[in-house]
Amino acid sequence: MPNSSAVPAQPHARDHNHTHPIARNTGRALEMDWVDEIRINLSAAERRVASLPGRRTVKKDAQAAWLLKAITCIDLTTLNGDDTTERVKRLCAKARAPLRTDLVEALGFAGRGLHTGAICVYHRFVATAVEALDGSDIPVAAVSTGFPAGLIPHDLKLKEIEASVRDGAQEIDIVITREHVLTRDWRALYAEVRDFRAACGDAHLKTILATGDLKTLRNVAKASMVCMMAGADFIKTSTGKEGVNATLPVTLAMLRMIRLYEERTGFKIGFKPAGGISTAKDVLNYQFLMKEELGRDWLEPDLFRIGASSLLADIERQLEHHVTGRYSAFNRHAVG
Amino acid sequence: MSIAHYYETMDYGPAPEADGEARVWLKRHEATFGHFVSGKFVAPASGKHLTTIEPATGKALAKIAQGAAADVEAAVGAARSAQAPWAKLGGHGRARHLYALARMLQRHARLFAVLEAIDNGKPIRETRDLDVPLAARHLLYHAGWAQLQEREFADHVPVGVIGQIIPWNFPLLMLAWKIAPALAAGNTVVLKPAEFTSLTALLFAELAAEAGLPPGVLNVVTGDGATGALLVENPGVDKIAFTGSTEVGRLIRQSTAGSGKSLTLELGGKSPFIVFDDADIDGAVEGVVDAIWFNQGQVCCAGSRLLLQEGIAETFRKRLIRRMETLRVGPPLDKAIDMGAVVAPVQLERIKALVETGVKEGAEKYQAPGAIPSEGCFYPPTLLWNVHPSSTVAIEEIFGPVVVAMTFRTPDEAVMLANNTRYGLAASVWSETIGLALDIAPKLLAGVVWVNATNLFDASVGFGGYRESGFGREGGREGLAEYLKPKAWIGRKARAKLPPLPETSTEGVGFGTPSIDRTAKLFVGGKQVRPDGNYSRSVLSPKGKHLGEAGEGNRKDIRNAVAAARSAEAWARATAHNRAQILYYLAENLSARGDEFARRIGDMTGVSPAKARAEVEASIERLFSYGAWADKYEGTIHAPPLRGVALAMHEPIGVVGVACPDEAPLLGFISLVAPLIAMGNRVVAVPSERHPLAATDFYQVLETSDVPAGVVNIVTGERDALARVLAEHDDIDALWVFGSQEASTVAERLSVGNLKRTLVDHGLALDWYDRAASEGPILLRHAVQVKNIWIPYGD
Repeated sequence: MPNSSAVPAQPHARDHNHTHPIARNTGRALEMDWVDEIRINLSAAERRVASLPGRRTVKKDAQAAWLLKAITCIDLTTLNGDDTTERVKRLCAKARAPLRTDLVEALGFAGRGLHTGAICVYHRFVATAVEALDGSDIPVAAVSTGFPAGLIPHDLKLKEIEASVRDGAQEIDIVITREHVLTRDWRALYAEVRDFRAACGDAHLKTILATGDLKTLRNVAKASMVCMMAGADFIKTSTGKEGVNATLPVTLAMLRMIRLYEERTGFKIGFKPAGGISTAKDVLNYQFLMKEELGRDWLEPDLFRIGASSLLADIERQLEHHVTGRYSAFNRHAVG
Repeated sequence: MSIAHYYETMDYGPAPEADGEARVWLKRHEATFGHFVSGKFVAPASGKHLTTIEPATGKALAKIAQGAAADVEAAVGAARSAQAPWAKLGGHGRARHLYALARMLQRHARLFAVLEAIDNGKPIRETRDLDVPLAARHLLYHAGWAQLQEREFADHVPVGVIGQIIPWNFPLLMLAWKIAPALAAGNTVVLKPAEFTSLTALLFAELAAEAGLPPGVLNVVTGDGATGALLVENPGVDKIAFTGSTEVGRLIRQSTAGSGKSLTLELGGKSPFIVFDDADIDGAVEGVVDAIWFNQGQVCCAGSRLLLQEGIAETFRKRLIRRMETLRVGPPLDKAIDMGAVVAPVQLERIKALVETGVKEGAEKYQAPGAIPSEGCFYPPTLLWNVHPSSTVAIEEIFGPVVVAMTFRTPDEAVMLANNTRYGLAASVWSETIGLALDIAPKLLAGVVWVNATNLFDASVGFGGYRESGFGREGGREGLAEYLKPKAWIGRKARAKLPPLPETSTEGVGFGTPSIDRTAKLFVGGKQVRPDGNYSRSVLSPKGKHLGEAGEGNRKDIRNAVAAARSAEAWARATAHNRAQILYYLAENLSARGDEFARRIGDMTGVSPAKARAEVEASIERLFSYGAWADKYEGTIHAPPLRGVALAMHEPIGVVGVACPDEAPLLGFISLVAPLIAMGNRVVAVPSERHPLAATDFYQVLETSDVPAGVVNIVTGERDALARVLAEHDDIDALWVFGSQEASTVAERLSVGNLKRTLVDHGLALDWYDRAASEGPILLRHAVQVKNIWIPYGD
């Protein structure tokens, strides 16, 4: 049985811009009972998330505040084969100034240094992004471990993580080997993620489950629990490349596991939905679910990130509408 | 509150739904309404009005008319005049009207949703997302039945004028549940909404008229319980359909007894919510939210008794209490709340008092910590932990946002606790093991069972209770049938009174060898037994010849027979194939003794040998028919709009008392007993008082045909007196009385003790040789109750 000494045992503080610092998950020994006992009913999960948008809503000033908060949680992302240095720099500029200055002022947020949660790129562009974001508080996240399929040799995965950390990435978004989940090889999954965590050092580990490949909520929930036991700082839904990306039922399954893990270990684990969240309305529903299932703490970027590329543009339009009362257009806001 | 403030707190803030349109509508009517009769508003005859309040604020909202006898009479008259032309319009014509009503509702959806929320106090989320769309779904679904009626219900006709009385918890939805099947089937309606919540019914009637519904087809008479009573008692009404409390349901049963009005009752409940240790606990916790904190718990089928398997009880308690922390109670028009206001101060007081009693009796109370408005009728979501089956709050329907919790050890114990109630409306079963969930569902005595779900409703799925939760179904094919009557029963005539039998003539055999005395006994629990009182009565031929003695059964014999029938529960679980075989075997053994039975019938009734033989042959054939039906009168699979199915299972009602008519002493007995046992019921039969010996001879056939002990019990004696004992026995689930009008009236009136289902003939004779009138689904329908098991699936 692997034990928790394999992962860094020192909890230490994360950067935190809002509340008290959050103790970092140390991981723990793999507890097979915690995996075996997981039950999750799809229909019941769907009913919960289906009724939520009718149970919770925010209007006017509250809505503007929630959308501003969402901006601070966005991992502004570019993960395309045609990415270039200049493209990444442009995105970094947007991360620093996600909202038009006049709107920031009208919303009363001038001087607060509003920025996105992170920039998320492939390893090749980590150094570029770190340089472009120099002087800001914005961390760079690198997708890693043979993203998106995660089928390169294990030792190369560890080398890729180490290289990104060396280049200055503060967050590593790894992909798990889906085969381990599909064949119920929880020990292999645990061992893999534990190694990734060790390779990260001080960088935070986000484990991408690729929920679209795992198919069932049971698989998702069990994989979530194993990844947390292995030392994940965040659990993340998707690469954005699977057929189905983040959904509310999958989110619910993962949030319940985060809650259970906290109950059992005291560690708060972050959550990152990715892919398919492209409207202000969408992101509010995710925020409602975070608040309802996990509580206020999980609305801040140290415990909540949203992997998205086009979401910000819609939030900008909605905030302009809040300020001016007129419906806006995409071309009135700078692209990233 | 600034943006910066919300950014810091991440609170939700107010999100009010606008109520302008609804207020405009009220203003247009000067907030004072008459009844809606013959397509227009009419002032109440008495000139009296009641004030309806807004529960969230306690402020007066509108004045509604107090219906008096003249108002009810006018409305029933309007419905009566409209009924024939409405029926004559044909299925397609009515389908168009129902379709138009559905569209009308959808067109004005928000107006209805807002008005309902204001008038009732329930959250706009529920009226907008549930009540109104589901009401429209009912109208659309039943437009379909109207369209198909002539083909699918060719041997039925509409019942006539229907009086419908609906409750305040789902005012518009219950209106739709009631009127949609009634109108589709060709009936016309007088609807009496609850006095707390009449406004959406009035709005609906007004807009229905605008949408072209002919005058008199739908009439609305408002008022309090007295108005409802007037409608129930009005002789021009052919059927009463009621949803409300069990207490009022009983009164309606009593007051309609013997009137010939048909009746459906959808009453209270104390529905179990069972969580096994292999359930999705978080999913089940959300289920509790939907079960008891939906509509402030003012739901007849609310999962109000939480039964938790011991191993997970503590985990469940913690997670439920944690979940309660995030529930929000607030003004009904706020779009970010989970619960609104309780309907009226009187209900609030009742909830408070019952919770207090629960705590006094030892329950631990947990309440959602969130703020509730200080004005208006609000009560927080409440959990009573550590409640025992004997606690008041475990027995009484609270009809508020209060769930009581207790534990069980094994699946058997869960079923036992779940069924330990006088009610039987709904149940919810949570387990991730399909074998367990599908084993438990049929064992629960409830009309609706949700597997890993709760409070799911649809127009295609029948809804209604077992036991004291009422009878009849709403929704599905089974629901439509409640608004139709068989053509074959229309022409029935009052049974001719038989001439009294002459005095006994005693003819001894002198010193010849006498025949061996054969005294008919009672047949109870598979044994021939002497009557408790040890009296017997002579059975005479029409000419007064002494044919033998039959036991004089009394109350205790009925008691013993019911106990025997109750303990023969295994019959209900016997396979249909097994029951079919036994019915065929009965036919075989009756056939073997056909001559003897024909002689007996001839001796008792004086019919010709050919006629007597024909009765035996018809009886044999009837047994064959029910042998055939035993494994073919199946339920259906409904297709509600979800990923899953609803299984409408035909389940036996249980222990059924049967009082048999005097005509056709064998065929009448067989015609009533056979459909009941074919479906798995156990029977306590009282044979013809005048000609009991064919039935008592039959117990020898029962004995030789592998019929398990207690499945058929026969108690001879004074028929109507014994029928009365059956009616008063609270462990009899249904009672069939075929005989005099008086016996029918008594049976219906006395059935209220446990609200047993009754099938009576009101003294109208059936031709037992006419198969259309006396064999098959026409009776099988009354031999079963439909249980709908909802099974959502997916992984």
